[in-house]
Amino acid sequence: MPATPVLELRRLNKSFGPVQVLHDVSFSAEAGEVTALVGDNGAGKSTLVKCIGGIHPIDSGDYLFEGAPVHVNSPRDAAGLGVEIVYQDLALADNLDIVQNMFLGRERKRGLVLDEATMEEMAAKTLTGLSVRTVHSVRQQVSSLSGGQRQTVAIAKAVLWNSKVVVLDEPTAALGVAQTQQVLELVRRLADKGLAVVLISHNLNDVFAVSDRIAALYLGRMAAQVRTSDVTHAQVVELITSGRSGELGLANGDGLNGVKA
Amino acid sequence: MSVMVTKGAPETGSAPISSHVRGYLDRVRGGDVGALPAILGLVVLCTIFTILRPAFLSEGNFANLFTQGAAVTVIAMGLVFVLLLGEIDLSAGFASGVCAAVLAVLLTNHGWPWYWAVVASLVTGAGIGLVLGVLVAKLGIPSFVVTLAAFLAFQGIVLMLMNEGSNISIRDDTILAVANKNVSPALGWLMLAVGLAGYAAVQLWQARGRVSRGLTADPISLIAIRVAAVAVIAGVAVYVLNQERSRNAIVVSLKGVPIVVPLIVVLLIGWTFVLRRTAYGRHIYAVGGNREASRRAGINVDRIRISAFMICSTMAAVGGVIAASRANSVDPNTGGSNVLLYAVGAAVIGGTSLFGGKGRVLDAVLGGAVVAVIDNGMGLMGYSAGVKYVVTGLVLLLAAGVDALSRKRAAATGLR
Ligand SMILES: Nc1ncnc2c1ncn2[C@@H]1O[C@H](COP(=O)(O)OP(=O)(O)OP(=O)(O)O)[C@@H](O)[C@H]1O
Ligand SMILES: [Mg+2]
Repeated sequence: MPATPVLELRRLNKSFGPVQVLHDVSFSAEAGEVTALVGDNGAGKSTLVKCIGGIHPIDSGDYLFEGAPVHVNSPRDAAGLGVEIVYQDLALADNLDIVQNMFLGRERKRGLVLDEATMEEMAAKTLTGLSVRTVHSVRQQVSSLSGGQRQTVAIAKAVLWNSKVVVLDEPTAALGVAQTQQVLELVRRLADKGLAVVLISHNLNDVFAVSDRIAALYLGRMAAQVRTSDVTHAQVVELITSGRSGELGLANGDGLNGVKA
Repeated sequence: MSVMVTKGAPETGSAPISSHVRGYLDRVRGGDVGALPAILGLVVLCTIFTILRPAFLSEGNFANLFTQGAAVTVIAMGLVFVLLLGEIDLSAGFASGVCAAVLAVLLTNHGWPWYWAVVASLVTGAGIGLVLGVLVAKLGIPSFVVTLAAFLAFQGIVLMLMNEGSNISIRDDTILAVANKNVSPALGWLMLAVGLAGYAAVQLWQARGRVSRGLTADPISLIAIRVAAVAVIAGVAVYVLNQERSRNAIVVSLKGVPIVVPLIVVLLIGWTFVLRRTAYGRHIYAVGGNREASRRAGINVDRIRISAFMICSTMAAVGGVIAASRANSVDPNTGGSNVLLYAVGAAVIGGTSLFGGKGRVLDAVLGGAVVAVIDNGMGLMGYSAGVKYVVTGLVLLLAAGVDALSRKRAAATGLR
């Protein structure tokens, strides 16, 4: 087990007005591993991801990056640390092309002027590096891409920046069999390159196929974070649906974390 | 041709002219008609008016078209920024009236030098845009409501600045020259030559830069065609405008390109550069295309929205200065009546989408030309102002219809 996780959250709380969505959630992601984040609809997975990405400010709790406490108050802060998120509701602008989307908010410039050639080169190289061959031109408008291609662009955008942590929120939800397979392979390759990858998915087959560890959220509480090889399919289903499974999980659902890594 | 070589990774094949033509046709078929309706409209309208009223094509009337359309075109250029965000500024017309009134009061009543009066007018415009933008972006009031309220309020402010109805005449020679004087024929040719050389140089330099890095670039032949097309159109325009158009040339000679033309060209180039070549411009498109995605990309969305309103109102101020110059005075109706609708119409007719995310500054110029031609041609044919309004209204509706249909079409072909 590596000494310090790249990303670690400790006792994180998050409310929207009177509704508390995350209760004392602790979570970590290690370099070179795929950590699957599972949980039922409304468990708080996307909310947790948005806290990681600086979209939602956290109410309390610690955000540690490479062991050091940090404050992430905006998407820029997260990006500055090397934390990249591929959101469930894809954050691409349809009226821009692939290159423009990949560099959105972080355009390469020469003085005042956009350095289109460099951006195009880097985008093409990244896509090739991910073995993506389905897009016809990097100057294609995103509106003309298929769901899988958009997902690929969103992922490529996340890895363009020598990021250390890549979080993917249900990247395969809208995809067909072949495209799901492609994206999962891509996810595995990212981890094998040494990145810490967090994958959110409702498909346990996918989770067991690519993940090294599984974190299960139950009603906004972290039920358990375990090694994939230590649990069975059925145990994970129990953790998702009732928050506990045998000695794993929450004690009476009162918020005491049974985190076991 | 070496320029056609390409090695860019997922890209395949070179880019000969035929593929550019095919790509363009595909885009048109896919609903991205761009400036096509405006250009076709211009050709058709000019042909009809020339047949019905040969005077339409006279040198004098040709020059009139530019000075008549200038103010609306400049206001439309500013509106493009707001429209790109999917917002609207209904107060741009009267904002130009307020700024023109500020100019007139300072120039005529307070005797300020023209440059300080112009600066004050532009600052007023920027201030107006700041207020509108903050109300829209920070408070979250829909721009439609904010600017409708401002429309009414600014109308009142112009009235108050004009002391309830009187008008203020402008006597400053520099300001009067803007819309009433011409550059000398020789200077006109010189500006054309410099402009064309610059245009060609930029295009070639870009293509070379891309080729040297193994990226697809426009072939030299395409660049040559583009530059030649601009050269012919602009060359004919300069030639015609350089003809004597005074009835009595011995008493006063009247020839040369109206000063507003280079002014509009400079604004066009400047704003096009901002939109297409800077990160700021890219962010305008991004916010118009997907505001949440822009926010997640770390773009300061509020700042972008506020600044777009500021650009719009500042350009309205420039339009106000031109209008004041052309009328030799400012009255309570400066920037009123049809100015705003003509300006919105110009942008939309030119191909800027009312749904945000799509548009160019050039659209405002092309659309402005269409509006000016309709206004001028129908005037020559002796139609009343009423008929002109109805026709322009219909043209605006037509343009908005084309915009909505092309969106539908794009959705159907999966392009949006
Ligand atoms: N911006 C918000 N304001 C108020 N409540 C919110 C907001 N975002 C999420 N919630 C609430 O937080 C809870 C968790 O939502 P979240 O989107 O994190 O779930 P999820 O685990 O990602 O679910 P799914 O699997 O359906 O994507 C839900 O009850 C939701 O209604
Ligand atoms: Mg979710």
